[in-house]
Amino acid sequence: MPEAVAHAGRVPPKADAPVREITFGEAIREALAEEMRRDPKVVLLGEDVAEAGTAFKVLKGLVEEFGKDRVIDTPISEAGFTGLAVGAAMTGLRPIVDIMFGDFIALVMDQVVNQAAKSHYMSGGRWKVPMVIRATMGATRRSAAQHSQSLHAWPSHVPGLKVAIPSTPYDAKGLLKTAIRDDNPVVFFEDKISYAKVKGPVPEGDYTIPFGVADIKREGRDVTLVATSSMVQVALGAAAMLEEIGISAEVVDPRTTWPLDEKTLIESVRKTSRALVIDEGSFRYGVTGELASVIAEGAFYELDGPVRRLGARHVPIPFSPPLEDATVPAERDVVDLVRQMCNK
Amino acid sequence: MMAIRLFEERVNDLYTRALMPGLAHLYIGEEAVAVGVCEALQPDDYITSTHRGHGHCLAKGAVPHLMFAELLGKEAGYCKGKGGSMHIADPGTGNLGANAIVGGGAGIATGAAFASKYQGTGRVSVCFFGEGALGQGVLYEEMNLAQLWKLPVIYACENNLYNEYTHYSETTAGDIMARPAAFGVAAQAVDGQDVRAVHAAASAMIDRARRGDGPGFLLLNTYRYRGHHVGDVARDYYRPKQEEQRWMADRDPIALHAAWLLAQGIADQAALDRITEELTAEMDAAVDYAMKAPYPDPGRVDEDIYA
Repeated sequence: MPEAVAHAGRVPPKADAPVREITFGEAIREALAEEMRRDPKVVLLGEDVAEAGTAFKVLKGLVEEFGKDRVIDTPISEAGFTGLAVGAAMTGLRPIVDIMFGDFIALVMDQVVNQAAKSHYMSGGRWKVPMVIRATMGATRRSAAQHSQSLHAWPSHVPGLKVAIPSTPYDAKGLLKTAIRDDNPVVFFEDKISYAKVKGPVPEGDYTIPFGVADIKREGRDVTLVATSSMVQVALGAAAMLEEIGISAEVVDPRTTWPLDEKTLIESVRKTSRALVIDEGSFRYGVTGELASVIAEGAFYELDGPVRRLGARHVPIPFSPPLEDATVPAERDVVDLVRQMCNK
Repeated sequence: MMAIRLFEERVNDLYTRALMPGLAHLYIGEEAVAVGVCEALQPDDYITSTHRGHGHCLAKGAVPHLMFAELLGKEAGYCKGKGGSMHIADPGTGNLGANAIVGGGAGIATGAAFASKYQGTGRVSVCFFGEGALGQGVLYEEMNLAQLWKLPVIYACENNLYNEYTHYSETTAGDIMARPAAFGVAAQAVDGQDVRAVHAAASAMIDRARRGDGPGFLLLNTYRYRGHHVGDVARDYYRPKQEEQRWMADRDPIALHAAWLLAQGIADQAALDRITEELTAEMDAAVDYAMKAPYPDPGRVDEDIYA
């Protein structure tokens, strides 16, 4: 993984608040703290979220400020506390549940898929479920098959849910605030490696980033790299290497898989005529497949060749370092594939 | 109770005449449970219901013509036709929704109790579920949370003896009452065919929960007169006809309560007949309203996915 990257997140010029460099994890904590100060209906539930501040220490300090009534340690009952949050959301609160490892969303699928996602529609729009399910994602921590998956494709498949997958501290703070204020269930995926390793400029104080608006992380002419979450840093690293051999790569980050900003993806590819989609989820039946087909349908006549994809190898994430490293796309894989696509 | 009975008889009729799409799970025989519990609730208290939920919804205050409209998939229904028989929901009567996942209401009811306590609204939630839900692990996660945090929620277990087509003794190890006891949740077993007994037990539990003394568990022993759903007609392979006849003859909740009203001199037969007559007319009018109501425009299929 790259060390903390300075260009991880661009701040729009109109932001007038002081801007500092903070980590992805600090940006998450700042968004939570500001939203909890703003709205007493926001409560945090999860395993070891209070004094421990979660296994990743991302929530450190929140219980001291907001107390144990709002930063609530739960039993190890993911389905139980997520189901409870659905009912609490329907009846006046804005709960945020913390799914320590994204792999554990397998344990809450009924609550999320059959309850949270459906309640508004099944009731003809009469009940609302304003809740956030924060989950981690990402491999390369040597945590093996049950603590390393990137399962954001699953909730993206379910109508009624919104899914955010920020890649930078700036996006993380702005998107998390939007998620908390949204009247729908939002699944919010945070890359574990990014917590401490990705640093970037973040304004102090309040700002939000709308869902369904992609961000062009780097402009280019020859190829569009559509990248999500952890893979944005990989794409940016690859783009710098490609620059040296005369290939100008544009990096587009959809930021939310649903709603999806199809227009920005298609427009970028119409300009560059080549597209590579990079995502850390399993390669088969996943996010890369959906994004590639959106591009293929929308920019078919401008494409110089098929849309290519890089995702995690379709294997359970292995433990042993050389095996695990072989499962996740790296900068070198991106560079090699783009050279092929550009005949260079 | 009579309103629920007459409602369900009309559901049966609509369904068997192929006028109602989908599935219909009748509550006939279990009326005293919904009525006894919901009569003990305030209008703004919450319930979660089940796939066999028409009785709960009516007892909590739903009106029959909007129920029938929903059951027939009409725009005028409680959920604009998007939910149907198994998903009646109505914020106006505190109905958080009927749930077609067995045990699916446990989290929602417990969460509503959490929000009630957090906001200090004093509202109590009742989670209705059948004994089949005792097989779902999430129910026990919720009972643990509710007791840990002293939440005002009542777990109302309707034991109608059958998990779909299987007697509960084949699916349920140990003693049902040992389950709430394991969490320290106050529990009581009640004759679910005796509406006054249900009401008395529910009232005590609900008052206790409202005072902040924590959750309760009611085991309501009852019987499902009909099949798992309307189409479940040949039932001999899982239960004898005589068993059904015995419950209907000796343990019918409406007959038992009518006999008590007459014996106490609270009502005479003419008064009871008049109630039945009025309810019959109301239900027939409700069916008529729903039959004539228009279907939703197909263009509305994309509405209400997101708030």
